[in-house]
Amino acid sequence: MSLIAHSIGPACTIQDQGRPGYLDQGLSRSGAADLLALHEGAALLGQRPDCAALEMAGFGGTFEATQEVNIALTGAPMQASIDGAQAAWNASHVLTGGQVLTVGAARQGVYGYLHLAGGIGTKPMLGSRSAHLTAKVGKTVAAGDLLPTGAGHGQAGFKIGSPDRFTGGTLRVIASVQTSLFSAATLDRLESTAFRRGARANRMGMQLDMEGQGFAAEGQLNILSEVITPGDIQMTGSGNPFILLPECQTTGGYPRIATVIPCDLPRAVQAPAGASLRFQFVSLEDALALQAAFEAELARLPGRVEPLVRDPHDIADLLSYQLVSGVISATDQGD
Amino acid sequence: MTHADAFPLIRPLGLDGLLVSFSDTMSEPANRAALAFREAARLDLPDGVIETSTSLASAYFRFDPLTLPHSELRAALEHLLDTRDWYTAPLPEGRRLWRVPTVYGTERAPQLDEAAALAGLSPEEAVQRLRASRVRVLTIGFAPGQPYLGSLGPEFDIPRQQDLTPTVPAGALVLAISQFVLFSGAAPTGWRHVGQTAFRCFRPDQERSFALAPGDEMIFPSVSPEEFSEIEARDRDGNGGATVEEITA
Repeated sequence: MSLIAHSIGPACTIQDQGRPGYLDQGLSRSGAADLLALHEGAALLGQRPDCAALEMAGFGGTFEATQEVNIALTGAPMQASIDGAQAAWNASHVLTGGQVLTVGAARQGVYGYLHLAGGIGTKPMLGSRSAHLTAKVGKTVAAGDLLPTGAGHGQAGFKIGSPDRFTGGTLRVIASVQTSLFSAATLDRLESTAFRRGARANRMGMQLDMEGQGFAAEGQLNILSEVITPGDIQMTGSGNPFILLPECQTTGGYPRIATVIPCDLPRAVQAPAGASLRFQFVSLEDALALQAAFEAELARLPGRVEPLVRDPHDIADLLSYQLVSGVISATDQGD
Repeated sequence: MTHADAFPLIRPLGLDGLLVSFSDTMSEPANRAALAFREAARLDLPDGVIETSTSLASAYFRFDPLTLPHSELRAALEHLLDTRDWYTAPLPEGRRLWRVPTVYGTERAPQLDEAAALAGLSPEEAVQRLRASRVRVLTIGFAPGQPYLGSLGPEFDIPRQQDLTPTVPAGALVLAISQFVLFSGAAPTGWRHVGQTAFRCFRPDQERSFALAPGDEMIFPSVSPEEFSEIEARDRDGNGGATVEEITA
């Protein structure tokens, strides 16, 4: 079983939870930009969250099922339809053989996900299926490519409520080893500044823009290159913050003013260009509690799915359905 | 060195990491300490540690803080720190010496003149010194398989650029703060592009995906643009005409 990508957006890659263990060789983890969406898709299909999915940055594509397959759609809400009938987002669906799923542009946010029952079954490289484009591991999915499914049939016909994280907002940050290179006044200004997500953004990192002067550390250009972790907020020479993301470099010499905590990274990556973002320092203890709550929520997701009740307006050929005694009323629904 | 007072220093890096720093400047003993400490720690760490690495003068431990509390890992690392003087630890076993043919300057490496000027040297003098320098892989990082190499003479302690160069190609030899970096893939950089090699640090299609290891040493002899083009044309294995030998001593 597989899906054939007949057309596809320019920045679609296969992603799972990433490839830990090669940091010492300079290879960062990669993995889905929005790990919450990855877990939601697994819950909708009733499968493990280590399954690989198609990550679609900004725009999806058209996908034809070679045989019946269950799929789910999560992350940034995108226009989606199956053979022309609108398909609910944050939901799982059946595609029968020959049916075509069309996923358009993101209506909000950046990264949408297409999950297949059994996960996408491409060959793992160094223990993961995640593409890491900056490392030349894997590549973007192209028109004509097959997305093979792994083992497992999954379930379809479910939906899940998903928190809004697609319009920017406040990101909680903790101090890191280089935070003390910045003055107290500069750190205060980081918290009080209204940032906007800049035009430069990809899976390596996202630039933030702001009014006023840049952010600089003492001795900024000559500090020792040090380990980077995703979520680090790096200040380049221009003084614009970059939030570093799953394909970030593993070490770097530009100072990091703070680190976005992992549970707030989905909100960071899903902020579209121009969205407003702010930073708020929290203690390590508070950050650990927030992260624990997030991970507990991920573990509860399989119990949060609900049956997807189709809206009659979405059923393309309503008259062909056998409803109550063959009688169709346009006025007595929903009483 | 004044590391006796403040270092070694254990600090959180991100929510799920502890960094053991042996210095805040690059030094031979601190680099040795980082390599040896991480190697020793790998054999004897509590459950919950996910991965480890070294940077120039520190060792990094990533762990799951929800199952292994910061305090517990910190105590284990402090205990190991106390077992010996890590600054005098030997370099890793099985090190290798690489000689990698390099074009300095020309349109292949357009920032040689600028870097030479910052070092107070003519371009010719800078090449004389760079091609004769034997440098060590201090750490691998930034990009897959990519070495930070040092240390070059103090005259090459030049700052990074204010603005990033939009891209340098794979195999680029770039310079700042008395170190080289040999780029594993095309990437933006704030370091100055002084030489170009055909050496591939990361070879995902080969059985040995990562060519170099920390502690390996490298020399970048100068070749003409014509010789370099020939090396590029016949290179099949990603070595870019490099020779390699075991370091015995």
